[in-house]
Amino acid sequence: MLKQSIESLGNRTIQGVWRIGFAARFFVAMLLHSGTAFRRFGLTIREMYFTGVLSLIIILVSGLFVGMVLGLQGYETQQRFGSESALGTLVALSLVRELGPVLAGLLFASRAGSAITAEIGLMKATEQLSAMEMMAVDPIARVVAPRFWAGVISMPLLAALFSAMGILGGYLVGVLLIGVDVGTFWSQMKSSVDFEQDILNGVIKSVVFGVAITTIALFEGYDAPPTAEGVSGATTRTVVTSSLAVLALDFVLTAFMFRGLN
Amino acid sequence: MHNDTLVEIEDVAFGYGARPVLKGINLTARRGQVIAIMGSSGCGKTTLLRLIGGQIKPGQGKVRVAGESVGELDSAALYRLRRKMGMLFQFGALFTDISVFDNVAFQLREHTDLPEDTIRDLVLMKLHAVGLRGAAHLMPSELSGGMARRVALARAIALDPMLVMYDEPFAGLDPISLGVTGNLIRRLTDTLGLTSLVVTHDVQESLKIVDYVYFVSEGVVVAEGTAAEIRASGLPYVHQFVHGEADGPVPFHYPAPSYADDLGLRRQGA
Ligand SMILES: Nc1ncnc2c1ncn2[C@@H]1O[C@H](COP(=O)(O)OP(=O)(O)OP(=O)(O)O)[C@@H](O)[C@H]1O
Ligand SMILES: [Mg+2]
Repeated sequence: MLKQSIESLGNRTIQGVWRIGFAARFFVAMLLHSGTAFRRFGLTIREMYFTGVLSLIIILVSGLFVGMVLGLQGYETQQRFGSESALGTLVALSLVRELGPVLAGLLFASRAGSAITAEIGLMKATEQLSAMEMMAVDPIARVVAPRFWAGVISMPLLAALFSAMGILGGYLVGVLLIGVDVGTFWSQMKSSVDFEQDILNGVIKSVVFGVAITTIALFEGYDAPPTAEGVSGATTRTVVTSSLAVLALDFVLTAFMFRGLN
Repeated sequence: MHNDTLVEIEDVAFGYGARPVLKGINLTARRGQVIAIMGSSGCGKTTLLRLIGGQIKPGQGKVRVAGESVGELDSAALYRLRRKMGMLFQFGALFTDISVFDNVAFQLREHTDLPEDTIRDLVLMKLHAVGLRGAAHLMPSELSGGMARRVALARAIALDPMLVMYDEPFAGLDPISLGVTGNLIRRLTDTLGLTSLVVTHDVQESLKIVDYVYFVSEGVVVAEGTAAEIRASGLPYVHQFVHGEADGPVPFHYPAPSYADDLGLRRQGA
């Protein structure tokens, strides 16, 4: 009984390590075979439509609501310290540094990541990937790499739009609803948001999240057992793993980026 | 080795995991021939085609296509060789996100610089050959199983390969399409000088068009011969297959413990 459970624990650990190895090899192969994705950029653009453009609605709407909530909560808190004039700063900094990349990443993982995994997994299950190989076309170059670059390019754009919508939401609530002075709102924001410290770091975060989410989604799809349960399990794993990856990476990146501050 | 030999399989063994599927297969296909590979379900026919296509590597023995040992090629050489092969997958394997036309045009666009006009003509010609020129604009999800298979056939021959492998081209076809498809395979082979390997269960239809037949059972070739030899064969195995009898040397059942044991009858009787 005890021996069995130790054995199965060992087995699962070994399998997990193998999978990480496969994923790393997959990642390298994807980068090495990226030529097609750039030479025939139309392929990548097409995927940007499916991953990026189709995620727009959810990103824009969520961004607006998050910004509105930030406006309410921020005003509530700042009022206690008599610093409600800094509402613009609070909204902009939280969005650009943290909430924009992280929430857009989480939404991207569940909207686009799951779709990528399901699509690749089904292409594998229905032998479309084998058929492509038999037609002397490398599926990594033709199918996987364009989706990867589409995700990596879309993610920072989506995060930026999320932040922009959030700031708009903060403005709607803070200025129009509560009545914070409109001049103070914008000028405080402008003077305290630093391009390199805040915006650039936010962009770096969203690019890293884009790489992580699309890699996980593509690998899960490519590695899925070619059955209905296999693909559905892989889809779930994509959402869970990439969401956790976004949060963990966010912590690590934040620790590095804002270490020198204060 | 004949110098017009295109495919040569020499004592090839292969297994998935520990279970052996092929145990020393020998098979030769000369240019211009239509070869049928027959055998009961699960005996490893699809596996054999995948070995020839280089998707899996033999555990023992050699698979040679056009003189090259498929299992030992690096991926660039393998892809070069595959440009000269066409394969019809057992379940079609059409790309579901693009139309019938684009499916057939896929290889032409990937591997040639032909102008779109020429591609259009070529695609319509191939689709016409399988009777589906009118279906060019449909999506694969709008096709019936038999239609999808015929589109897959058109796609397999799009680049005029030297070797075409058909995994059950006749399954799911009505008698008319069946006859047409059989004749199409024969005619393509003769007019384009290619070589066809046809995996099939359809003994009557395939005997009309093939030059040579291999019967596979339990991982080895148990009988081979020309269509006439096969029809006349007295071998019990071949006889059973040609006449579709349940009793004979070919086991209908996948290996299993005894039926009585599985149902728990023995225990009750004891
Ligand atoms: N990917 C795989 N992993 C493990 N076993 C497999 C795999 N593919 C096939 N097999 C096994 O190998 C054997 C041969 O399979 P194969 O698909 O070659 O049969 P087949 O002759 O094409 O059968 P059918 O006429 O039903 O298509 C089967 O018994 C099957 O259980
Ligand atoms: Mg088969």
